[in-house]
Amino acid sequence: MDALVASHPLFAGLPEGVTSDIAACSRSVAFGPDDLLLVEGQPADTLFLVQRGRVAIEIHGADRGTLVVETVEAGGAVGWSWLFPPHRWHFDARALGPVDAIAADATCLRAKMDADDEFGRLLVTRVAEVLLERLQATRLRLLDLYGADRAG
Amino acid sequence: MPVETAAAVRGRPPLGPDPLEPVPHRVVGCSKETDDVTTLSLESLSGATPTFAPGQFNMLTAYGVGEAAISVSSSRREAGALRHTVRAVGPVSAALCRAGLGDVVGVRGPFGTSWGVGEADLATGDVVVVAGGIGLAPLRGAIDELVHRPDPDGGRVFVVTGSRDPVQLIFGDDLEAWGRAGAVIAVTVDTAPRGWTGHVGLVTSLLRGIDFDPATTTALVCGPEIMMRFAAKSLVDRGIDPRRIRLSMERNMQCGLGWCGHCQLGPFLLCREGPILPYAGDVARLMTERER
Repeated sequence: MDALVASHPLFAGLPEGVTSDIAACSRSVAFGPDDLLLVEGQPADTLFLVQRGRVAIEIHGADRGTLVVETVEAGGAVGWSWLFPPHRWHFDARALGPVDAIAADATCLRAKMDADDEFGRLLVTRVAEVLLERLQATRLRLLDLYGADRAG
Repeated sequence: MPVETAAAVRGRPPLGPDPLEPVPHRVVGCSKETDDVTTLSLESLSGATPTFAPGQFNMLTAYGVGEAAISVSSSRREAGALRHTVRAVGPVSAALCRAGLGDVVGVRGPFGTSWGVGEADLATGDVVVVAGGIGLAPLRGAIDELVHRPDPDGGRVFVVTGSRDPVQLIFGDDLEAWGRAGAVIAVTVDTAPRGWTGHVGLVTSLLRGIDFDPATTTALVCGPEIMMRFAAKSLVDRGIDPRRIRLSMERNMQCGLGWCGHCQLGPFLLCREGPILPYAGDVARLMTERER
């Protein structure tokens, strides 16, 4: 597990002690097509590091059905709400096919963050990098660029 | 030099007797790509064979309505009619999209610089094509030639394309055909209904997952300008020389000859020295410059 965590892009390059601490909170999991990794409103208790397959981040509305807002592939990570109160998922996450992942227990991670400020700083910095990237991508998508051609 | 210099463009032979006079063409095919995008196939009433290089554009006239710059979406490997893929966004393009079989539209051109397909630096090495929305249309002819390059070991072709949603994707048959011919095809959409099993996200997010050799790679990018800006930055971050990143820049093309100045972007008259320009230098700077 140590090697798997250390080689995942989210944590690659972190000190060995940090990745082994994360690995100590982690286990391997597998999902079949259509399995739910997360369910909106449920307790946010896991960070998933996707190793294989594709996961859809979804939201359902009675008037619009289920919409896929983003997909996460191998090398990506799913689930950030465990880091912030009230620790509940804001979206569903569904496997679009066979998915292999590392599941890191959030309670365990939070306990290590509380006990070790440096561990917490490194973990939050890595998570923040991904959140920034996704925020920038979301901003660009909000512009609806493909619908904004000039008239002619 | 991958892209024609301004001097070379100016040194071209004249286009014809009167480059400002539209040549009548008959609509011999029209296919609906999406709810507001149509591909017109045009044949000259005189029977003249179309000549163009992928990336160039024509000025199309909807008689009685006006004229608009539309990129050629044909491949030079296809015989016959000249194809233009038009999105109905204004009165002229809407009139062109309404054209039916047998109708006559005017064609002036082709104008501007090309992607440079067929030139030495694109004969080998990897090529990354990034397209957003209808930006795939000006790239269609280039991709079709690149995936059929004479030397199949000369490099790989990666086609990365994005659209608003799955319904807005164009050229699905072409994407499949290019994939069968050996190209790596990656498609993403901004949003999707459940049932879509492909990628959802920004087109630049797909670039991380493709395995090109930055040292030999040339990138061709076409789409909304903000998308091109971020795609170009991502490609530079991946190690591609900015001089080997080519963008299709558009402004208000009118005369097509660099006479009227409506399409000026800094030192460039885009109808003549563009639309295809390298990202390096002035273009990268001008993409973030505010008009004063």
